[in-house]
Amino acid sequence: MSMGIRDKVAILGMGCSRFGERWDSSPEDLMVEAYNEAMADAGIAPEQIGAAWFSTHMEDVGTGRGGIPMSVALRLPNIAVTRIENFCAGGSEAIRSAVYAVAAGACDIALALGVEKLKDTGYGGLPMAAVGTYIPQWSPNAVAPANFAQLASAYRARHRVDPALLKRAIAHVSVKSHANGAKNPKAHLRKEITEEQCLKAPIIAEPLGLFDCCGVSDGAAAVIVTRPDIARSLGRKDLVTFKALQSAVSNGWEMQSSEWDGSYVHTARVAARKAYAEAGVSKPRQQIGMTEVHDCFSITELVTMEDLFLAEEGGAVRDVLDGVFDAEGQVPCQIDGGLKCFGHPVGASGIRMLYEMYLQLLGRAGPRQLKQPKLGLIHNLGGQPAQNVCSVSIVGLEGA
Amino acid sequence: MSSVGITGYGAYIPRLRLSRKAVAQANAWFAPQLLARARGSRAMANWDEDSITLAVAAARDCLGTADEDRAALRSVLLASGTLPFAARLNAGVACAALRLPESVRAADLAGSQTAAPAGLAQALAAARSGGDTLLLAADTRRTRAGSAQELDYGDAAAALRLGAGPLLAECLGEAAITADFVDHFRLAGEDIDYHWEERWVRDEGIAGLMPRVIARALEAAALRPEQIDRFIFPSTFARLDAQLARQCGLRAEAVADNLADSVGDSGAAHGLLLLAAALEQAQPGQLILLAQFGNGGQAFVFRATARINEFRPRRGVGGWLARGVEETHYTRFLAYKEQLALERGMRGEQDRKTALTTYYRHREAIAGLVAGRCRHTGEVHFPPSRISYTQGAPAQDTQEPHPLAERQASVLSWSAEYLSFHLSPPHQYGQVDFDGGGRILMDFTDVAPGDIASGTRVEMVFRIKDNDELRGFRRYFWKATPVRGTAAAEA
Repeated sequence: MSMGIRDKVAILGMGCSRFGERWDSSPEDLMVEAYNEAMADAGIAPEQIGAAWFSTHMEDVGTGRGGIPMSVALRLPNIAVTRIENFCAGGSEAIRSAVYAVAAGACDIALALGVEKLKDTGYGGLPMAAVGTYIPQWSPNAVAPANFAQLASAYRARHRVDPALLKRAIAHVSVKSHANGAKNPKAHLRKEITEEQCLKAPIIAEPLGLFDCCGVSDGAAAVIVTRPDIARSLGRKDLVTFKALQSAVSNGWEMQSSEWDGSYVHTARVAARKAYAEAGVSKPRQQIGMTEVHDCFSITELVTMEDLFLAEEGGAVRDVLDGVFDAEGQVPCQIDGGLKCFGHPVGASGIRMLYEMYLQLLGRAGPRQLKQPKLGLIHNLGGQPAQNVCSVSIVGLEGA
Repeated sequence: MSSVGITGYGAYIPRLRLSRKAVAQANAWFAPQLLARARGSRAMANWDEDSITLAVAAARDCLGTADEDRAALRSVLLASGTLPFAARLNAGVACAALRLPESVRAADLAGSQTAAPAGLAQALAAARSGGDTLLLAADTRRTRAGSAQELDYGDAAAALRLGAGPLLAECLGEAAITADFVDHFRLAGEDIDYHWEERWVRDEGIAGLMPRVIARALEAAALRPEQIDRFIFPSTFARLDAQLARQCGLRAEAVADNLADSVGDSGAAHGLLLLAAALEQAQPGQLILLAQFGNGGQAFVFRATARINEFRPRRGVGGWLARGVEETHYTRFLAYKEQLALERGMRGEQDRKTALTTYYRHREAIAGLVAGRCRHTGEVHFPPSRISYTQGAPAQDTQEPHPLAERQASVLSWSAEYLSFHLSPPHQYGQVDFDGGGRILMDFTDVAPGDIASGTRVEMVFRIKDNDELRGFRRYFWKATPVRGTAAAEA
């Protein structure tokens, strides 16, 4: 195995816009909001940024293609700005690029920023992504809820779970996230909900109801990274460093062979194993203090607990209902409210997840603050269970 | 002259059967006279069916699953008054879906209700000079809301295989009359027929022309009218077939059920559909007279051979009839006939442009549902690719064509969603695993909520994938539908 990224790069500053239906804000405004906070936190001038990575997914809404929109919006000093697009995992990919550039010594300070302006589509939910000229000629015009809902049908079949029990477990996932999100001023949805509301909500894609689906919102998030020695030279004391940055991408095996049973996300397991190895984590459930996972749908989060080895295979239903991943549980999940309450401005989500880890590790999370978490895990998934990009990152205080 | 005739037959009747009562009641405020004729149901194409897909289904019913049977075909004729494409060989789409050899000569026949009998005469002539023809006929006609035709018509298809043998039914004689008798018409570009007075059509047209052509066909077959065991005459006029039989000296009991109560008149396809139904029940030696009216008339006499019971279509008219489900939503019918503009929402605005270059490159996979099977591992890939998905040991350029259309599959995972615009909500799709390997994320069709579960057995049907309304194009692909009872099981 390679030497890995552990403790080689630290976070110098972070910013995150308020997420929500930002009718009055353009994507450029959202970028500036996140950037200003990150720059103030880092205490640097724009000229100190060596290179930037820009994550945005949709081209037909938002900013369009390329790195130019970010360079113009932030008036960056003619540095390299590269657009990253890797479905819903683009935010984490932008972080990985910036961190690698710093670790390689190619630049001292790098910026990663993600933004998505979804509320200019005219409807709720995500626009259909273009998939080239061949796939549309045979593949169903599928939508994300139905792609992820298939996890539920396969999980039920594989583990012989009573549909009503699974429905109740995924309801708990959403109830928990809403309880967390209600405490977060930057979240989009800030109301607590009940299990009964979840169970009775209209069906979007069998068995997922309205409350099993994450919100759709506008938002931006930014991170500035540097080497730990530079961070210290700039006066920073407590450093949050990267312990692992892994990404696994499907190669068609799940989608085309008959070997994958559809009840889990293969790439998540591959990326998690590599991330634990890179970070030196051998007992995830004991060592990981908190997680921000890609809860685009409640069923995704439930299955992900198993894929990250935080629950035994087939055991997530029980663990979820036992509150293991609640704010007071053993491994709190979506302490900021998750995609469920923040919504999912695609290109920004991965960086928004890191933002919460950063706040928690530095003890800056206010009423949501967990008691001295050491390691935080970020799981950012793009695509669909059968074919996707899955990023697993681990961060913690330097030396942890 | 050597004997030629029918060597195979098949049919297709869409699963949806629109309740005539539902139609008549919905329109009773406007056309109360129709309540009196609201008996039974009429076959109704699903939103993703048209004359091409119906014809492909009938062809598969006729041809069976063996590739060798298809390889012997020399030509394909597709007869329909409702061909989806005015420019593009419609029969060519069917050939691609059926994976027929490229040496097949294909042609569309249109323009009159007698397009199918015209094709039949052509196919018999071709058979005499050696060569099997697959004759397909299908219609999915549009009618005006509140019209008699809306109740009378039905959507269906039939297929006949014609050649020199081994024969199921030998053609003993045929005759035709061409007359510019305009009982109804439709100008190119229009989509609904205009009809002249029924009494004139009946008394001057049918009663005037058909006895002459029937007499000539019987004369060619050297038969007397009373010898005919089964008389087929498609018509939407009640009991006109019996009247014509009387007029021609045919026996009353020879008159075939015209499926008016269950299917409706399927236009260009109806004569062949009734012939397929008659062949299903024919005994050796039975004499069948098929007569069809339209801008003149045509008549054919067949005699069932000793082999008639050696052939069975996959489902046949009887099997398809038994598989129907009653549809009572009249607005669904109007919507599927594109006569009711439903609210689609913004999700329904997605561009469905088809890159024809891409289609041609991948035509075997798209039209024929042909996967790639690795000759070393046996692993099946859809779509086919140069490098195999074999975990840890991908092989290159090892895949051979592996047709999936005639294989069954099992549902691995599925969902039913109400989010996207779909004409038969909820939109249901999922991963299906084929017997013998291969997995595809597929649309399910002809399904209601609850029809699909993990483990459900499915089979493949050729359907409309998308309509590109911006450019006036339509693309087709295969969908999965639950394996339902067969003709044999339901008979």
